Amino acid sequence: MSKVRVLVGTRKGAFILTSDGKRTKWDISGPHFAGWEIYHVKGSPVDPNRLYVSQTSSWFGQIIQRSDDGGKTWYQPGTPPGEPTTTPDGMPKGESNKFVYDTSSPSGKPLTTHQWYDGTQHPWEFKRVWHVEPSLNDPDTVYAGVEDAALFRTTDGGKTWKELSGLRGHGTGSQWTPGAGGMCLHTILLDPADENRIFVAISAAGTFRTDDGGKTWKPINRGLKSPYIPDPNAEIGFCVHRIALHRSRPNVLFMQLHGGVLRSDNAGDSWQEIHGNLPSDFGFPIDVNANEPNTVYVIPINPDLGRYPPEGKLRVYRSRIGGKEWEPLTRGLPQKDCYVNILRDAMAVDALDPCGIYFGTTGGQVYASADGGDSWNAVMRDLPAVLSVEVQTLP
Amino acid sequence: MIRVAIPSQLQNLARVGSEVKLKPKGKVTLASVLDALEAQYPMLRGTIRDHETKKRRPLIRFFACGEDLSHEPPETPLPDAVVSGTEPLLIIGAIAGG
Repeated sequence: MSKVRVLVGTRKGAFILTSDGKRTKWDISGPHFAGWEIYHVKGSPVDPNRLYVSQTSSWFGQIIQRSDDGGKTWYQPGTPPGEPTTTPDGMPKGESNKFVYDTSSPSGKPLTTHQWYDGTQHPWEFKRVWHVEPSLNDPDTVYAGVEDAALFRTTDGGKTWKELSGLRGHGTGSQWTPGAGGMCLHTILLDPADENRIFVAISAAGTFRTDDGGKTWKPINRGLKSPYIPDPNAEIGFCVHRIALHRSRPNVLFMQLHGGVLRSDNAGDSWQEIHGNLPSDFGFPIDVNANEPNTVYVIPINPDLGRYPPEGKLRVYRSRIGGKEWEPLTRGLPQKDCYVNILRDAMAVDALDPCGIYFGTTGGQVYASADGGDSWNAVMRDLPAVLSVEVQTLP
Repeated sequence: MIRVAIPSQLQNLARVGSEVKLKPKGKVTLASVLDALEAQYPMLRGTIRDHETKKRRPLIRFFACGEDLSHEPPETPLPDAVVSGTEPLLIIGAIAGG
């Protein structure tokens, strides 16, 4: 019988929840990395026991952790367990935590500043890894989306990281501005049908696509609207909160924007608004049912007044027709006095049938549905604020 | 041997207790002690000072013998009591939030 493993990153550590295919009883391990902010934990689709973790701290910086046994043990990939902590010539390892922007001229255009909140130019400064995205084909290849926004890649299992500088250097980088949460590259979607195609999203620059494995990039934001941008045809500057795709149909993208829910049927070349009857077009996560490519989930949030669910009712909204018509899913979710938020990386779906949906809140609850969203249960209630949720479907 | 006290988060990373003992090369300065610390515990590289510039991270502070050394130049010699191992160099995460 299949199993699921839910990987939860919180403000104070990581937790791993496992269950059988019924998804009613859960074993919980953690906290892992207690006291540290765990922005993201994700497993390799090729080798599910290979997990990568972004462990961060404003005090102590960025740490990358890796597990080769499904989260039982961890190590920094630059310093594998049992190996000497220095190279034969005495040079220290520990390179796995090093994210240095590429400013060399051979790689293109050295970029040292971007636009600050007040319109002035500001130095590009590495702060943390928001998202790790393991390759669909190789457990040693992983992409990392970082703040200040850039895309890095490792091809040696996380030991060393190199920037794909064509993204920052493609031409608009100096005009990118931070969102309220910082200038973060928070979403990385790898196209399952074309290994050279990658989509990324940056707050508050927008969505970008490469068709050549990360060498060159272009903005794909046509159709997005923002009241904060005077130019109706602006190429960049959009606070995209999250994008999602279904692996059977990678040309169809769904987006939760800061003010808008959109869909693209041409790999992002153009977008159409699909928020329809949602009580708010603001929110953070968006995801697609693993078995139904037209079934989409969002969690509407009040945009300006409090950033909590409208009317204090926690409702996941589901569209079964790819947008515009949405139904509230409330069974098992608090329908009064609920004032949590759900962050952009904190919702995920498993690959079972019926599809399981999982999300975590800033109030420390992790909710799970084993029936495509019809009903929900709180798997955990009292965690630190949840930053990210991923799920693995295991044989 | 130089004694260096490190905060709990870094103790977990380096898998050591609250204090480590080091033998820096040459003159005993902030820089030489941090070099020795990072050489012995490479997983701490980047957690106390920047990987490239070697600049102290903003929320890290250095103290010894009741003195704040955080803003001293890296080549400043450490107090005799630290050199002799009587007192530790304290690496501390600044109090800044909950």
